[in-house]
Amino acid sequence: MSSSDLQAPTGTTITAAGAAAVSKKPFAWRQIVDHVVLIAGSLFMLIPVLMAFMTSSHSDITVHTNGLQMTFGGHLAENYHEAMLVPGGFTKTVDGMRMLMNSFILGIGFSVGKIIISMLAAYAIVYFQFRFATLAFWAIFTTLLLPLEVRILPSYEIVQGMGLVNTYTGLIVPLIASATGTFFFRQFFKSVPNELIEAARIDGAGPVKFFIDILVPLSKTMIAAIFIIMFVFGWNQYLWPTIMTTDESFFTLVRGIKQILNVFIGSQIPEYGQAMALAIVAMVPPVLVVVIFQSWFVKGLVESDK
Amino acid sequence: MAKVVIDNVRKVYPNGTEALSPSSLNIEDGEFIVLVGPSGCGKSTLLRMIAGLEDITEGSISIGERVVNTLDPAERDIAMVFQNYALYPHMSVYKNMAYGLKNRGMPKADIDTAVQKAAKLLHIEEFLNRKPSQLSGGQRQRVAMGRAIVRDPALFLFDEPLSNLDAKLRNQMRIEIRKLQRELGVTSIYVTHDQIEAMTMADRIAVLNTGKIEQIGTPAQIYHTPASIFVASFMGAPPMNILNGHYNGNGGLEIKDLGHVAVDHKLEVTGDIQVGIRPENVEIHRKEEPHTIPIKVDFLEELGAGRLLHTTIGSTPFIAHLDNEHQIDGETVFAHLPAKALHLFDASTGRRV
Repeated sequence: MSSSDLQAPTGTTITAAGAAAVSKKPFAWRQIVDHVVLIAGSLFMLIPVLMAFMTSSHSDITVHTNGLQMTFGGHLAENYHEAMLVPGGFTKTVDGMRMLMNSFILGIGFSVGKIIISMLAAYAIVYFQFRFATLAFWAIFTTLLLPLEVRILPSYEIVQGMGLVNTYTGLIVPLIASATGTFFFRQFFKSVPNELIEAARIDGAGPVKFFIDILVPLSKTMIAAIFIIMFVFGWNQYLWPTIMTTDESFFTLVRGIKQILNVFIGSQIPEYGQAMALAIVAMVPPVLVVVIFQSWFVKGLVESDK
Repeated sequence: MAKVVIDNVRKVYPNGTEALSPSSLNIEDGEFIVLVGPSGCGKSTLLRMIAGLEDITEGSISIGERVVNTLDPAERDIAMVFQNYALYPHMSVYKNMAYGLKNRGMPKADIDTAVQKAAKLLHIEEFLNRKPSQLSGGQRQRVAMGRAIVRDPALFLFDEPLSNLDAKLRNQMRIEIRKLQRELGVTSIYVTHDQIEAMTMADRIAVLNTGKIEQIGTPAQIYHTPASIFVASFMGAPPMNILNGHYNGNGGLEIKDLGHVAVDHKLEVTGDIQVGIRPENVEIHRKEEPHTIPIKVDFLEELGAGRLLHTTIGSTPFIAHLDNEHQIDGETVFAHLPAKALHLFDASTGRRV
């Protein structure tokens, strides 16, 4: 054993002790400031939700007289029961469960449709060399950058002309062409190495097989990411369902909340408790989708390599 | 197992550049042919035309007795190994190997037999359920080979399959691929820019440069009788020394800055000549002897198995290979260029004379 071998551990201990001393010594102002900012941000986001939840547990009269509540009231079960299971509205035909289902149909139909359409469009643009492909892409891209609101009247005119008012088809189809989705998938497909296509060609995979067997599984993470965004976007659609659906049995949750607050029959108090209950119910699915698909999305990002 | 006939094949890209001027190559059944050349020489283009990944502008390619010009890659009865392996990242090793067979509609049991057999041959049985991302570069290369083998093709195509591996693994895989090919007896075309791979693996080498085949021959032919200056300087490490000279027609060869060398056979051309000599053919003496010229030692490069002596003659760099027994002291040594080791090339065409 040489002296340098003996010295090494001693040296290490000294530095470790030194490091501990250093971290104790100055008061960690920076950390505190960081945490204060984070906590403030979280509170800013969470308090309205909490307030909505607490308010949903109070009777309409309490809310009407005392405003929004920050404590827990005794009417939770009652409010949720009324909101979800007792038919309301003008026609007394639609309850919360029905609206929840409608919202799911819109959210899932909207996001799945968007993913399918934009993947196919991107597949055509990237892999098939047809005339004016680039022009076609930019044409799609620029026209669809216009928000729905700009084309809402002509869209309504067309859908109405096809007799699709008050149908799920009319609710979903006009919204599913997606410039953003097409763009994302286009960028992703372009990053897939050429050799993979060539290997697939040698393996006897035609365009359809290549798309289904290779490209779709490779795009899993992209699909998850776009599903998150599009589901939340579809779920929260308000204007289009308002215009497209006059039949209350097609109402979505987001649309239903407003309807409840609007109802003044005689001198009745608006059903605040129910409205808040619906708001909470409306919030849960998008949160779940984000939580579930985000973990999948991250997992996919970590694992996959092209 | 098949003969491959490449008959006057030409490739012109839509933008007008000619990637390959009309080239012909006959490949015998079971032969291992290496296409070698610098990047942009057209070797990969030729391979991709054989694979069916590029259209053939002119000429015809036949595999076996079939002209395959218009056939889809999948119908050509070929298998290809790519430089970056091109494994399907989302499929297990097993599925990667089975995919082509599945697409052919082969029964599941037969697929399983073929995959297991290939896996055993390549020693990758234990990886069959892993994803390519969980494998090392060498293992991925084996899987890519396996995917080619299970197809039981008439022709193997290799597109620089070893260039993503580290040097040690590359040497090992080189031997393995060659062994495997001998065992299976499948005709193979192998593209590389590495002349060592070409020399060590090939039955015959085709050297390409700027879209033309410069020479086709066995590694020994290519090395010992290069058909052009390009082949002479491309094949061999360190490369052949090339010097300028002049031939006056009567057996008298004058090398610039070196002096007169006697050549025993009469040459067909007179005038400017380029003279090549391989570093290992240069004789180095410590003392002046007849027919030697003094050269200054710039530096010695130690190789372990020998040393390389670097110098310049006139303004041309010049390398000589020395054995380990060869002691050198002092700054000046005496070089002798044996006449029979000289390669003579026409200075204007670059072809051998």
